[in-house]
Amino acid sequence: MSNLLIMPILIPLFTGIILIFFANSIKVQRYISGFSALLAIAVSAVLATQVYNDGIQTMNVSNWEAPFGITLVSDMLSALLVLTTSVIAAACLFYSFRSIGEDREKFYYYSIFNFLIVGVNGAFTTGDIFNLFVFFEVMLMASYVLLVLGGTKIQLRESIKYILVNVISSALFVISVAFLYSVVGTLNMAHISVRIAEAGNHGILTVIAVLFLIVFGLKGAIFPLYFWLPGSYYAPPAPVMALFGALLTKVGVYSIIRTYTLFFPHDIFTHDLLQVLSILTIVAGVIGAIAFNDIKKIIIYNIIIAVGVILFGVSIMTKESMTGSVFYLIHDMVIKAALFLIIGIIAKLAGTADLRKMGGLINKYPGLGWTFFIAALALAGIPPLSGFVGKLLIVRSGFESASFWGSGIVLMSSLFVLFSVMKIFMGAFWGSERAFKDEEKVPVKGLLAAPAILTAIAVLYGLGTEAIYPVISLAAETLTNPDIYINAVLKE
Amino acid sequence: MKTNDIILQTVTKVTLFVIILFSIYLFFTGHYHPGGGFIGGLMSSGAIVLLLLAYDIKTVTAILPVDYKKMIGAGLLFSAGTGTGALIAGKPFLTHAYTYVSLPLLGKTSLHTAVLFDTGVFLVVIGVTMTIIQTIGESE
Repeated sequence: MSNLLIMPILIPLFTGIILIFFANSIKVQRYISGFSALLAIAVSAVLATQVYNDGIQTMNVSNWEAPFGITLVSDMLSALLVLTTSVIAAACLFYSFRSIGEDREKFYYYSIFNFLIVGVNGAFTTGDIFNLFVFFEVMLMASYVLLVLGGTKIQLRESIKYILVNVISSALFVISVAFLYSVVGTLNMAHISVRIAEAGNHGILTVIAVLFLIVFGLKGAIFPLYFWLPGSYYAPPAPVMALFGALLTKVGVYSIIRTYTLFFPHDIFTHDLLQVLSILTIVAGVIGAIAFNDIKKIIIYNIIIAVGVILFGVSIMTKESMTGSVFYLIHDMVIKAALFLIIGIIAKLAGTADLRKMGGLINKYPGLGWTFFIAALALAGIPPLSGFVGKLLIVRSGFESASFWGSGIVLMSSLFVLFSVMKIFMGAFWGSERAFKDEEKVPVKGLLAAPAILTAIAVLYGLGTEAIYPVISLAAETLTNPDIYINAVLKE
Repeated sequence: MKTNDIILQTVTKVTLFVIILFSIYLFFTGHYHPGGGFIGGLMSSGAIVLLLLAYDIKTVTAILPVDYKKMIGAGLLFSAGTGTGALIAGKPFLTHAYTYVSLPLLGKTSLHTAVLFDTGVFLVVIGVTMTIIQTIGESE
């Protein structure tokens, strides 16, 4: 029994509550939320080391035994994701201090920001399927507010779409949970897994598995269900966009990973379906990424590509491919946050997001340019950097299990990813200075600090692969062998 | 010509206390009978809405000078604080404690920390409902 694993949920929760009382004093809000963000990083790092040393940590909330109460479970995967979330949240927070503006800060921006982190951390940590739904809603409610806060025309229009899609997918989530509950009669994830294994291969379980894929696919933007994402993520300001791009879709991806490895590990049909959909997701993302001349749109479509790559690794279901997927998942969260923050700076400097109207930034802002260059190479997976190992493992295990088409498309997608981000680099940084020729140099150091640190983390993550590998492979071991998870929760 | 709401306002004055009493009854009976923090809070805010219908927003804020947004914060603090209290006692989050006490007038009564949690729910429900209604009512 340990209370440590609830701390990443409680710290932002209390911060969010306390900030309600300081709505008028922006300075106090900044100090409190900055301090709590750093504290959350420290606590989740301690939690991750504890999980690594002592195995899976569980906690029965309210002291009720496992299948009857709500259990919080922190295995290596969720501990790593919570740590990554805390780091990204801190980076976006410190970026917000300099860029978000007083109007938003006075209207509970930091409060809502913290509630979003509560939802994300809770979704990563919970061991109960309905509790997962509740944390999804906490996260989504906060994201609705962050999306609409400020009230510009485009934000209002896109939040209507975003809320509509998510209300429908939440209703579907409740319906799926109701179906599952009527079949297995329990809500605890470990207990559901045991009951499904007892029930064997029933048709209704396959139907429920596909329903879950639709629900989490809507949250995580897989192929036919990603239609809402490019518009909705285009609307909010840069730090919010970075939070959304790095965290929200990844919660959907995590839920697919969790349910498909824990509940339905033996269902061949659903994994084939997941594989086909993930390949189509990559293709759809690639088409979007190379089609646009808008820097925000290019990075947004890169989210969709990454979701496809991660899920392709999951659908192969070998230990190596799982390790690759976890590697790629964490890399992608960090690097997407860094890229969105940099894109925010570029768009601010150029006064436009249109690639054709900017150029020559490298003369005045060399630091910004080279940070973006490194982040772009890391995104594409150039060997010493962070995106390489994950994709290598995914592609290799894809070839081993004879998914030649899928692996080939993953390899090809890297090329197009590189093309799309290099298009931004060449268009925005090379060439003659255009849109802002006569203006004075704008200081960007304060804004650049957060994405530069994230890029540095991504570089270290790539260079230190040897050191991190045992941690990641421990996470993948729980995924390929659900008995470890079940025994830790039900203590049998 | 100015309309005269004397009947509405007088009836409101009487009914208000009945509704408030009923909501408090619902709140405290929640552990053993249907009721609890949510319906209790909703009914209390129903009473304040009745007051808003009979009078105008300015009068009501003069009668009840409460910042409902801070009330939401206070309610959240109550509920989250109750859960965290268990951490200090070395138990898992949200573990509740209870005891039986003999009180004068009420006799043998059980005191349960779940009531504190429900108080939080009660405050949040009132705060949220009144914030929504006042914000929509005030905007032009």
